[in-house]
Amino acid sequence: MEKELRLMKGNEAVAEAAIRAGADGYFGYPITPQSEILEYLMEANPEETTGMIVLQAESEVAAINMVYGGAGCGKKVLTSSSSPGISLKQEGISYIAGAELPCLIVNVVRGGPGLGTIQPAQSDYFQSVKGGGHGDYKMIVLAPASVQEMADFVDLGFELAFKYRTPVMMLSDGAIGQMMEKVYLSPQKKRMTTFPDWATTGKKATRPRNIITSLDLESNGQEIFIQKLQDKYNLIKEQEVRYQEFQTEDAEYLLVAYGTSARVCQKSVQIARAQGLRVGLLRPITLFPFPSKRINELADHLKGILSVEMSAGQMVEDVLLSVNGKVPVRHYGRNGGIITTPEEVVENLKSIFIEA
Amino acid sequence: MFEIAGIREIVKPENLAYRKSDLLTENVMSYCPGCGHGTVHRILAEVIDELGLQSDTIGVSPVGCSVLMYNYIDVDIQQAAHGRAPAVATAIKRLLPEKFVFTYQGDGDLAAIGTAETIHACNRGENILMLFINNGIYGMTGGQMAPTTLVGMKSSTSPAGRIAKTMGSPLKMTDIVATLPGTYYVTRQSVHTPANVRKTKKAIRKAVQYQKLDRGTCFIEIVSNCPSGWKMTPVQSNKWMEETMFPVYPLGDLKTPEE
Amino acid sequence: MTEEIIIAGFGGQGVLSMGKIMAYSAVMQDMEVSWMPSYGPEMRGGTANVTVILSDESISSPIVRHFDTAIILNQQSLDKFESSIKPGGVLIYDTNGITRHPERKDITVYRVNATDAAVKMNNVKIFNMIVLGGFIKVKPIIKLENVIRGLKKSLPERNHSLIPLNEKALIRGEEIITEVQRAE
Repeated sequence: MEKELRLMKGNEAVAEAAIRAGADGYFGYPITPQSEILEYLMEANPEETTGMIVLQAESEVAAINMVYGGAGCGKKVLTSSSSPGISLKQEGISYIAGAELPCLIVNVVRGGPGLGTIQPAQSDYFQSVKGGGHGDYKMIVLAPASVQEMADFVDLGFELAFKYRTPVMMLSDGAIGQMMEKVYLSPQKKRMTTFPDWATTGKKATRPRNIITSLDLESNGQEIFIQKLQDKYNLIKEQEVRYQEFQTEDAEYLLVAYGTSARVCQKSVQIARAQGLRVGLLRPITLFPFPSKRINELADHLKGILSVEMSAGQMVEDVLLSVNGKVPVRHYGRNGGIITTPEEVVENLKSIFIEA
Repeated sequence: MFEIAGIREIVKPENLAYRKSDLLTENVMSYCPGCGHGTVHRILAEVIDELGLQSDTIGVSPVGCSVLMYNYIDVDIQQAAHGRAPAVATAIKRLLPEKFVFTYQGDGDLAAIGTAETIHACNRGENILMLFINNGIYGMTGGQMAPTTLVGMKSSTSPAGRIAKTMGSPLKMTDIVATLPGTYYVTRQSVHTPANVRKTKKAIRKAVQYQKLDRGTCFIEIVSNCPSGWKMTPVQSNKWMEETMFPVYPLGDLKTPEE
Repeated sequence: MTEEIIIAGFGGQGVLSMGKIMAYSAVMQDMEVSWMPSYGPEMRGGTANVTVILSDESISSPIVRHFDTAIILNQQSLDKFESSIKPGGVLIYDTNGITRHPERKDITVYRVNATDAAVKMNNVKIFNMIVLGGFIKVKPIIKLENVIRGLKKSLPERNHSLIPLNEKALIRGEEIITEVQRAE
């Protein structure tokens, strides 16, 4: 079936894509700059068409625990929020990882800490990829750089979540969430009619009862379980690294940027090339797993790497680990809801690596 | 394992006076002697079994003494984060509306950390059964003060007894949820005598059947004991419960459907 | 061809919706578009602005520092964005409420007195469509017919009766926009 062209905000694209992906439930709580997701779903009222449940919870805490309950039934469920709300969800995310439940969590990031700003930022990188909740867990983190990807990563997120029985986070930001672009929407998928054998759907005589829990009071059992989780994360590292390169073939300097910053840096590459500088861009699409191997390979032919983020410097640590001292790695970023311009990136690249 | 001499001569079907429900597993319960949890588990398992609902039941266990409920009752169970059982159950019931969904929580879980989830699930009238075991203390963590701890009652975090002025008064969650239009059937029971066990079982049976009507939340508080936490013998604890707990938490229906 | 536009004014002047209609119109012509608003408390009565990029090719950065065209609807926005127009670029503004007029000599300045025109047409709500009419006159990137198609696509069915009025407003804007001749 042909894809449908629409002009939409990133937030609206997530909502529409969730319906079309055959999601069973969305549980959310209003917070700027992502409230359009809940609003769009309430307006669309998919319960009438696909049967998808949309519920405004009493808090982000309740919403993520509703996701736990739904995911425990083997259903395709998602929630969305923005930074302060995602902080509240961390307990639930840790439990979801511990109970090995598949789900999608969308973070339309705003600046922080605290109440911060409602403007876009990328300052939740550490929280997302280093484990925002307690315990030895990871989640797959997808970083959309366009409205199209905000739609596409809903389906991809669910696919990966169920493949690995793991929470998947879509780490967007207020800019992509609020921005309108063309988006090609996939046709409506049917909701699942069969459920994983581990799901709590009512114990049949043919199987033992299913238990969804993250508790193991016996230390040996818990250690074995934690190792099993790490094996899963290692498999994800082997199989699910995604990234995109722009003009890296002959690059002497590499920009590494994701999401909105990657869009900005694409233009920075054009500006720099027009000035005769051989600059390329690597855009991580998965932040966990991080494209460390590819960055390390590229580093063999580079004079320097500039990690560009709307933060005080978070992803730069993973870039540093990736190259392990091969080439100088520096950070450039703006904070507090300010989006860097393409020109600023080029100016900073020059002042850091060339004029210095 | 040693065997009591002659036991095989006694354990025969024709001599059967009482047996556990098939829905209770063979696992030895971790509850202290005299604790009410085991009794509530049993009558809940019996009701599910008698109504033939094993394959249609999904339970949600809390954080607290009954966290391991999934080891004892042979139905599908999700273990929720502390206080979040009503949110977890909300999603289960919304996504599987044909199933019988219940939560099982203690007073710390339901009336302290999970207050918001409790009130809002009841206020939305989620079509679930909420079982609330109130023994006025945090049992699992070793006897700390709970929101339902009586004024003057000693605990490890109120060693001189609960002082209303600084620590608040016993929170009557059941009375609160009974005022919400979302609740359908709200009652307070106990399991400390055979007669009360029968009454509680009847209440649970009613609530399970009401869920088929889709009229709102059924909420059953069971005022119970904690011999270990209260530092009493089981017999003493039941007596103390009758004399001291019941005046604050009187047994009986708080809201009954107009039938 | 890539056209980078900033539209800025007071919240309530229809700044964001003008950008939206522009973007819809360009989609009707198979162009690539991005619409990037400033959002938040500012939207309620303060200044509002939106960056719209229309292009024949895929758009890299939706955030730009310099603009081909600035559509300016209040004094604060003029003060803020006049310097952000590329040399040789275009500034379109409504002189209503403006006390300090554009000063740059390396850009072309147009005046579209849409506030007055809207009042004369007895409908202040069509103010932004008059401005948009002015824009499509001086920057004929999107065609009037595609603006109408875009409106049909973006407006709910119940509001389609308003389309003829909007068309009139667009045409009025095309008629009244004038280049500001300034002494060197």
